[in-house]
Amino acid sequence: MRITCPICGERDIREFTYQGAAVALDRPDPEAGDEAWDHYVHLRENPAGRTRDLWYHSGGCSAWVVVTRDTVTHEVFDTELAEEAKA
Amino acid sequence: MRIPGKGLIDETQVSFRFDGHAYEGRAGDTLASALLANDVRLMARSFKYHRPRGPLTAGSEEPNALVTVGEGARRDPNVRATVQEVYDGLVARSQNAFPSTSFDVMAVNDLLSPFLSAGFYYKTFMWPRAFWEKLYEPVIRRAAGLGALSGEPDPDQYEKAFAFCDLLVIGAGPTGLMAALTAARGGADVILCDEDNRMGGRLLAENEEIGGMPGHVWAEEVLDELRDMENVRLMTRTTVTGAYDQGTYGALERVRHHRPRGPLPKSCFWRIVAKRAVLAAGALERPVAFRNNDRPGVMTAGATRAYLNRWGVAAGKSVVVFGNTDDTHRTARDLIAAGVHVPVVVDNRHDAEPQGDYRVIAGGHVVNSSGRRGVEAVEVAHANGRRESFACESLAMSGGWNPSVHLACHMNGRPVWNDAIQAFVPKPGMIPGMTAAGAANGTFSTHGCLEDGQQAALDALSDLGRKAEADTLPPAGDAPYRIRPLWAVPGRGRAWLDFQNDVTVKDVKLAAQENFRSVEHMKRYTTQGMATDQGKNSNVAALAVLADATGRAIEETGTTTFRPPYTPVPIAAMGAGGGGIGFAPQRFTTSDAAARQSGAPMIEAGLWYRPSYFPKPGETTWRQSCDREVRMVRDAVGICDVSTLGKIDIQGPDAGAFLDFVYTNMFSTLKVGRTRYGLMLREDGHVMDDGTTARLGAHHYLMTTTTAAAGNVMKHLDFVSQALRPDLDVRFTSVTEQWAQFAVAGPKSRELLQGLLDAFTPEDWPFMACGDISVMGVKGRLFRISFSGEHAYEIAVPSRYGDSLYRELIARAETLGGGAYGMEALNVMRIEKGFITHAEIHGRTTAFDIGMERMVSDKKDCIGKTMSERPGLMDPMREQLVGLKPVGAVKQLTAGAHLYNAGEEPVRENDQGYITSNCYSPTLDTVLALGFLKNGRARHGEKIRMVDSLRGLDALCEVCDPVFLDPKGEKMRG
Amino acid sequence: MAELKAKTPYETVTGGASGPERMEVTPFVAVEVDPGALTSLAPYKGQAKALSTALEAAHGMGLPKPNRMTGKQSAQALWFGRDMALLIGPAPDASLAAHAAVTDQSDAWSVVELSGPGVDEVLARLVPVDLRGHVFKRGHTARTLVGHMSASVTRTGADSFRIMVFRSMVKTLFRELHHAMIGVSARREAAGAG
Repeated sequence: MRITCPICGERDIREFTYQGAAVALDRPDPEAGDEAWDHYVHLRENPAGRTRDLWYHSGGCSAWVVVTRDTVTHEVFDTELAEEAKA
Repeated sequence: MRIPGKGLIDETQVSFRFDGHAYEGRAGDTLASALLANDVRLMARSFKYHRPRGPLTAGSEEPNALVTVGEGARRDPNVRATVQEVYDGLVARSQNAFPSTSFDVMAVNDLLSPFLSAGFYYKTFMWPRAFWEKLYEPVIRRAAGLGALSGEPDPDQYEKAFAFCDLLVIGAGPTGLMAALTAARGGADVILCDEDNRMGGRLLAENEEIGGMPGHVWAEEVLDELRDMENVRLMTRTTVTGAYDQGTYGALERVRHHRPRGPLPKSCFWRIVAKRAVLAAGALERPVAFRNNDRPGVMTAGATRAYLNRWGVAAGKSVVVFGNTDDTHRTARDLIAAGVHVPVVVDNRHDAEPQGDYRVIAGGHVVNSSGRRGVEAVEVAHANGRRESFACESLAMSGGWNPSVHLACHMNGRPVWNDAIQAFVPKPGMIPGMTAAGAANGTFSTHGCLEDGQQAALDALSDLGRKAEADTLPPAGDAPYRIRPLWAVPGRGRAWLDFQNDVTVKDVKLAAQENFRSVEHMKRYTTQGMATDQGKNSNVAALAVLADATGRAIEETGTTTFRPPYTPVPIAAMGAGGGGIGFAPQRFTTSDAAARQSGAPMIEAGLWYRPSYFPKPGETTWRQSCDREVRMVRDAVGICDVSTLGKIDIQGPDAGAFLDFVYTNMFSTLKVGRTRYGLMLREDGHVMDDGTTARLGAHHYLMTTTTAAAGNVMKHLDFVSQALRPDLDVRFTSVTEQWAQFAVAGPKSRELLQGLLDAFTPEDWPFMACGDISVMGVKGRLFRISFSGEHAYEIAVPSRYGDSLYRELIARAETLGGGAYGMEALNVMRIEKGFITHAEIHGRTTAFDIGMERMVSDKKDCIGKTMSERPGLMDPMREQLVGLKPVGAVKQLTAGAHLYNAGEEPVRENDQGYITSNCYSPTLDTVLALGFLKNGRARHGEKIRMVDSLRGLDALCEVCDPVFLDPKGEKMRG
Repeated sequence: MAELKAKTPYETVTGGASGPERMEVTPFVAVEVDPGALTSLAPYKGQAKALSTALEAAHGMGLPKPNRMTGKQSAQALWFGRDMALLIGPAPDASLAAHAAVTDQSDAWSVVELSGPGVDEVLARLVPVDLRGHVFKRGHTARTLVGHMSASVTRTGADSFRIMVFRSMVKTLFRELHHAMIGVSARREAAGAG
């Protein structure tokens, strides 16, 4: 599998570390309540199809990258820097 | 038998050994062609029934002729004799036979075959369970096995490598050559891979003309042009084994399997990244199932022609041909032209006519073969049922061709049935960027292949944004492919479908009868399609038989899943360089050499190596050294390399705010020149890491992490900064490697530094002070921090001076009655002080559990704060950090042991907690432990029972405060 | 008074003092080099342009774009990761600190020059990036992996690369380079011998 780092360009998957759903970008307000926090920390979709997740370019430039891809076909639709992405 | 003047290989003689006998072959021979040239056709015994077998094919799909090549630790089992090239000194032997291939005692299995049908193992070896390990498994292993590994470490070198190209062409037959040529002329970067040692594919095996010249000559001309082009890379002996996501392909190159041992790596596993790919892998010929079709001398017609035309070897003096396409006639013509007798051609098509001077039985079948160690005669049934026998030394059979669709299906695509050619073909787009062309796509004429290859390359060029025009194709044969479906000849007796796994037509029918009707179930029930050939010869025929038995069409029955690798790949090649110390990078501190010189055994801490202890003369156990080192630090001064702790340099106007957000406690309020202990949580409220952070300037901090978590903390900080708080203007970078840092600990540490540092006023360095210093003219940093509980410092200099400073520190410490201490002593001292490590903050503990809930500031938000306030994480009945002291004559408290109330059964329901760290404390002359106990902070003074079921220990201890020594920290602060 | 002795990364781990490590496997050479001071420059928010100007004024070259290196032999600026450049050679000018986090990294990295005809074939055994000459040209750089090590790889000439890994991993770097060099060298020899 290959992922295009928005900074470095297309790279082999071995340079990246997988983290999880891009939900992690959406940190709730401390007072948002149990449900919001439960959702943020624990609840994850398990889609067969399109998904947005976070990858760390650990073996490269250290950028956090949001990857939009398909879990069935493995097609990568889009990658963007986490700092620029809106969850 | 070699036919003089035939073949494309040169006359150079090579000597090799097979099963102890010396033979002569020719350079360019495979082991199979060389043995056949020597009239050796019995090369192996079958997997289950130990039937005598010769080669069925001439390629990597070979199911029968598996041999072991090489000797001792270097031996390679299950090598296909049809792929192995001979060279001077090659040693090979047959396998799965005892004592020899020609007389094999396990051939008794063949007589027992009525009892060994499909599902035999499942039905027989059901119970009792204990019999599995003791009886069934060993017996089955010995009786039904392929070649064996040596059991010794593999001493050979392997490689793995990366390659990149615009277009990967898989297979160098007419299709692949034409595709590569077209793409290369169009300016694309091309990699052309072929698993054979010589490119040309079927052109090397057939009498075919292209552009008015023999096909192999045309191939050589194309290759000459390709060799001269800088944008082309030709990779022979390289099998593309898998197609993966985003244009990544795996390929195995056999680098040194065809020559004697030398400095070359044995094989290389390539990861090829290609923008486009053309699958030109050709097609594989199908055997026909009939009674005793596995007898040595029975081979596919394509293999018969390959041995004849490429290697100049005839499979026998007389060869009967049997099939259902024009290939039968092509085979007969080639054999007769080479002077081989062809008694009869059995063409299953009713309208078949002779295409030369030979007899044809149209609409007939070969129904049986006979002979002692190989074919001596075949029995033929005419269309009207009449039987006729023909003496022969070999049978060339063809059931038609299966396009090699495998790679096209590696991303879970299923091929589609093509009725005209009675075979599966790839569906376009199953692998993004890959196009199947030529025989792999069901186009069987030479002209069709050239045209297909050219078109695939033009399409790829256009995708790559390159303009290219189609050159005129050289003229080539374009005869139509006419086939009559023929899978299994009706009749009694065992007719083999899968030669490698000894699966017969009857087995497949039995599977259907016992309701294993799905093709995936049939495969597992009969073992059809397993092992090294993965059903390359048998899959389509087996599912045709299954389709027939279940009353379904073939396309309805479907195929099993195609998975990489296409041919076997040694793990040694995939893991090349990863054996032994190559497994992971090794990280060495600047004091590593000095520590080893003083005899310290090193232990691994993540990727780092750290000294365990420093044995002195007379010390025979690690405990003696460790106890001495602890006393030395407590009484005088000790030196320890702490450079492995992560150090992160943090700068920027918002550095303080950033630290406030990642730590539970406040850092924006820390004074410049001071250090503070910090606790970091994960967002779920559990502890992630701890360490000290120093404030070096108004906008400049230096964070330390534990050795183990350094990488994770860096990743976490990057995440927080990039994804959660991009509003904060803060920059950080790891300086772990920039600084060599040493703990100088003990009551005499001050004295040591006074002599060492250029200007040092101890009064300026209160507990937790930090700042710049100069040490022997070199600029460094000093931190008044302690992990031992003693008056201590950590001194840091740029790493180039690390070795030198360490040796200086040791020398000075020794004059003060001190010296080096290792990880064991460090661990003992921190347990005595109740300091935690990742043994305690193991991922399931909270700030509350370790008694640090007051460190979670209520003045601000921080990572993990909200979730750490969940009632469940503040429940007093949670397991809390405690100290444990033995009661009575207890010799050992052990980490991993569980705690129970005295008088209660030591079972899970009664579990009260567990021990995380333990040591013998020479300072207190007793064993000590840290652990977690339910409501532990309220239970100091209580007696609790420790049970270590693994080591069989049962002891009573007293719960106490985790700080065993100097609870007020007077030594540390003083 | 005694003084602290500086050692190269390889000298440090081997405990010897025999000068920079040099390893040759014909036709390839890997040699430990001292490039001078290494300083990481991480521009603060909105300061990249100002930093580039200050860098240009002080050291003669602007801030490099991702995957590129700027400057001459005596002073180079190497792109070193997200929002970071590495100043190689001179001690950093004080003016830079107004625009960037400036951190001394002179001792943090092991710097090795790898050279020889077609040396990108050696790195193709270790680096998962396309380093062929017409793709990865002189002055191109990548943050990537060498084996399992996080690394910076820069083409310094038609047949030479600069490889940087963490100082503590220098021994592993030389071992892995050696393995790769031997493999390629043996293939060349075998091909030459026919």
